[in-house]
Amino acid sequence: MAESLLSVQSLVKRFGAVQASNKFSLEVADGELHALIGPNGAGKTTVLNQLCGELIPDNGRIFFENRQITRMPVYQRARLGLSRSYQITSVFAHLTVGENFSLAIQAHEGHSFRFWKRAADDPVIRRGVVPAMARVGLEKRANTQAANLSHGEKRQLEVGMALAGHPKLLLLDEPYAGMGPGGTVELTQLIQRLKTEVTILLVEHDMEAVFRLADRITVLVYGQAIASGTPDEISTNPAVREAYLGDEVVERRVNGCSK
Amino acid sequence: MLLFIEQLLNGLQLGIMLFLMSAGLTLVFGIMQVINLAHGSFYMIGAYVGATVTARTGSFILGILAALPAAALAGMLVEILVLRRLYKKDHLDQVLATFGLIMFFNELTRIIWGRQPLFMDVPPWLAGSIELIPGIPYPSYRIAVIAVGIIVGVFLYLLFTRTRIGMQIRAGASNQEMAGALGVNIRLLYTLVFSLGTLLAGLAGVMAGPILAVEAGMGESILILTFVVIVIGGIGSIRGALLGALLVGLVDTLGRAFLPTLLRLFLSAAYADGVAASLASMSVYILMVAILVYRPHGLLPANG
Amino acid sequence: MNRKTLSITLGAGLFIALPVVAVMAGEPYLVTLFSRILIYALAAVSLDLMLGFGGMVSLGHAAFFGIGAYVVCILSFHGCEGTPILTWPFQLGGHQSGLVLWPAAVLLSGTAAAVIGALSLRTSGMHFIMITLAFSQMLYYFFVSLEAYGGDDGISLFSRNTFAGVDLTNDMQFYYLCLAALAAFLFFSYRLVHSRFGMVIRGCKENERRMKSLGFPTFRYRLVCFVIAGAGAGLAGALIANQTEYVSPGLMHWTRSGEILVMVLLGGMGTLFGPVLGATALLLMEEFLSIYTEHWMVYLGPFLILVVLFAKRGIYGLLAGENSNHG
Repeated sequence: MAESLLSVQSLVKRFGAVQASNKFSLEVADGELHALIGPNGAGKTTVLNQLCGELIPDNGRIFFENRQITRMPVYQRARLGLSRSYQITSVFAHLTVGENFSLAIQAHEGHSFRFWKRAADDPVIRRGVVPAMARVGLEKRANTQAANLSHGEKRQLEVGMALAGHPKLLLLDEPYAGMGPGGTVELTQLIQRLKTEVTILLVEHDMEAVFRLADRITVLVYGQAIASGTPDEISTNPAVREAYLGDEVVERRVNGCSK
Repeated sequence: MLLFIEQLLNGLQLGIMLFLMSAGLTLVFGIMQVINLAHGSFYMIGAYVGATVTARTGSFILGILAALPAAALAGMLVEILVLRRLYKKDHLDQVLATFGLIMFFNELTRIIWGRQPLFMDVPPWLAGSIELIPGIPYPSYRIAVIAVGIIVGVFLYLLFTRTRIGMQIRAGASNQEMAGALGVNIRLLYTLVFSLGTLLAGLAGVMAGPILAVEAGMGESILILTFVVIVIGGIGSIRGALLGALLVGLVDTLGRAFLPTLLRLFLSAAYADGVAASLASMSVYILMVAILVYRPHGLLPANG
Repeated sequence: MNRKTLSITLGAGLFIALPVVAVMAGEPYLVTLFSRILIYALAAVSLDLMLGFGGMVSLGHAAFFGIGAYVVCILSFHGCEGTPILTWPFQLGGHQSGLVLWPAAVLLSGTAAAVIGALSLRTSGMHFIMITLAFSQMLYYFFVSLEAYGGDDGISLFSRNTFAGVDLTNDMQFYYLCLAALAAFLFFSYRLVHSRFGMVIRGCKENERRMKSLGFPTFRYRLVCFVIAGAGAGLAGALIANQTEYVSPGLMHWTRSGEILVMVLLGGMGTLFGPVLGATALLLMEEFLSIYTEHWMVYLGPFLILVVLFAKRGIYGLLAGENSNHG
C-alpha cells in the first residue's frame, strides 16, 4: 500500500457529555478514494471539522504528509493542500462564478495585500480561472451570479472551488446531499474523473455511490472507527452489519443487488 | 477604612442599577438575537414618568407605581410596532432602527418636558442615613436601592428556576428552535420578555431619579455601561449580568475614589490627578478588554 | 451613458460648480455647509469600506474621526505656543503645516484602529458592535478627562493650518481642498475594492468560513481593512478640525458614530458614491428641518426606521437602478 497522505491517530472530541470522537483513527493513502460512512449522528462531520481545522481535538494527533497539523489554523492547512467542500453549498452567492474561482485561485497564489491593481487583470489569476471552471464544466457560466445557478451547478462550483488550488487531499462532505436523481449521474462521473487526479476523502450517506466509487471505506459508529477496508471487506464485516442492522441499503448492497 | 466601606457600598449600588438594566437587555440579546440600543430610552421614560407623578402627588411610591407600567407599556408597544419586524433582519438593521428609536424618544421627552433637567428629591422617609455597620452612616435611600435590587434579583431567580414561564424563557435563551418545537408561543414570550426588560429599566430609571438629573439623553450613558456589563458577563446570561454589573459598579466607583491617592504614591500630585482621572474614566473599559482577551464570550456565557 | 455614470457625472458636476453658484447667488454660507458635507462624506465612505464591503458593523467609527481632529488641534496648539508635546523619551514639538499634521492624523488614527481592531475582531456579530462602541466611548471619556486640552469643553484651533500653496482660511479654497481629498479617497477606494485585497474583504463579508477553508488568513485582511477605514476617518477628522476650528470630545461620541452609520445606510451600503449621497441628504435634512422645527429628530427617528424596514438599497440604489453594487 502507498504511504499515508493523511494519518489520524486516536482523535478525541467531547461536547459536554457527548463523546463525538472516541479514539478515532484513520489512514488515507496517497492516490486513493477513501470513504467515511456511518449512521446518522456517528460523528462524521465532527471528524471532518477536526481535519480541516474548524474544530481542535481534545486529544489525539493528525498528520498530513508526515507533518503534524493537529492545531494548525484552517487557512494554513488549506495552503498545505488540504481542501474542503461543504455539505451545505457554501459559495459566494453575490459574486459571479468567475469571481468565485478567482478568489479560490488567489488564495494559493501569493498574498493578497495588493491594494491597487485590479484582481480581474491579474495574469496569474486569469490564467487559472478558465481551466478551473472547465474542470467542473462551468466555463459557460463565468459571468453568472452564483446565486442564480441551479442546485447541481452550485455543487459543481462548490467542488470546483475546493479543487482550484490544486489540493493534495480533497475532503468532500456529502456531495450528493439534496441532489435530485438528475444530477447524481454527472456528479458520479465528475468524482470518478477527479479520482485520477487527487486523493479524496469522501463523507457520504448515499451507500450506492460510496460502494461504487471508494477504494477503501472506514465505518464510523459512535465516534469510533469500527472497521476499515475494501468495499468487499466492509460489506462482509459482521461488526458493520451489526451497526447497520435494519438499514436496508447496506442489506441490499451486502446481498449483492443494487437499485 | 471608613471611606473604603462607603465607596464599596456606592459601587454596590451602581452595580445594582446596572444589573436592573442589563438583566432584561441580556435576555433580549440572547433570546431574540436583537441588538437593542433603545433600552436606555425606557430607563429615561421610567425616570420622567416617576419624577412627574412624584412631583404632582408628592408620593415617591406612587411615582414608582406609575413609572413601572409606563416603561413596560412603552416596551410592549415598541416590541409590537418595531422590534418584532427586526428579529429576522441583520444586526446592522437592528442598530439603525433602534438608533432611530433613541432619536425619537429623546426628542419626544424634550417636547413634553422641555430641555431643562428635572430634579427629584429623595422622599423624606428615606432622606436620613442609617448605620448599617456601627460608626459608618450611609444614606437610607441608597440602602433602599440596594435592597430593591436584591429583591429583584431573588424574584428573577425564582422566576427562572421555579416557574413554567421562566423555564420557557431560559429554554429560549439557549436554544430557540428547541423552545419553538416544545410548543412555546414564541411571539407572546418575546413580547413578555421584552416588556419585563423595559419594566426593569424603568425601575432603574425612577430609582436613579433622586440621585441623578432627569434629562433627555440620560439613558445613553448608562446604556453603554450596560453593554460593557453584558459583554463581560456573556450575552443571554442573567448570572453573567449580575457578576458583570457588580464588577463594573465596583471597578468604576473604587477607581474614581482611590486611583488618585494610589497614583500619588508614585507620581507628583498634579500629574497623578490627571493620570488618575483619565484612568478612572476608562477603568471599566480596560476591565472589559482584559476579560475579553481571556474569555471572548464573557465570563458566564449562556450556552456553555 | 447609463444611469449610473450619468448620476455620478451629474453629482460631480454639482459639487464642482456649487461654490461658484453659491457665491453668485449671494449665499456664501452654503460653501461652509457643503465643506462640512464633503468631510462627513469622506468619513462615511471610509466606514462603508469596512461596513458595506467588509461586513464589519462598527459602532465606534467616530473615535477615529475624533482622534484625527484632536491630533491636528493638539499639535498645532503646541506649534503656536512653541511648547513641546513630549520631553521624554524624545523631544517633540508642535507644528502648523497641514503637510505634516494631516499625515500625522492619518497615521495616529490608523494606529488606534490597529489596536482597537486587533482586539475587537476577535469577536463577531453583536459582540463586535458592542465592543467597538465601548472602545469609542472609552476614548471619548479619555478626551473628556484631558484637562490640559480643554476636557469636556474641547479646544480651539488658533487658526486653520497652512497647506502648501493653498489658503485654507479662504472658504472657497478650503472647499475645493475637501473636494479633492474626497475625490482622491473615492478613487483609492475604487481601486481598493476591485483589487485582490478588495476581493478578499468582500469574500469575508459573504462567507468568512469559506474564505478560511480556501486558505485566506482572514483576520489579517479584516484588520487591515479596519485600519484603512480608521485612517480614512482620521483624515476626515483632520479636515473637520480645520473647518470648525474647534474640537471637543463630542466629535467622537457614539451618537456621532451612529450618524455616520445612518449616512452610509441612507445613501446605499456597499457602494462608493452612496455614502456621499447619504451624507449630503442627512446633513441637508438636518439643516433645513431645523429651520422649521427644533424638534426635527422626532421626525428623523421614525423616518430612519422606515428606511431600514422598507428602503434598504438607499438613495444610490434608487438613482443608479438595479445591479449598481460595488460601484
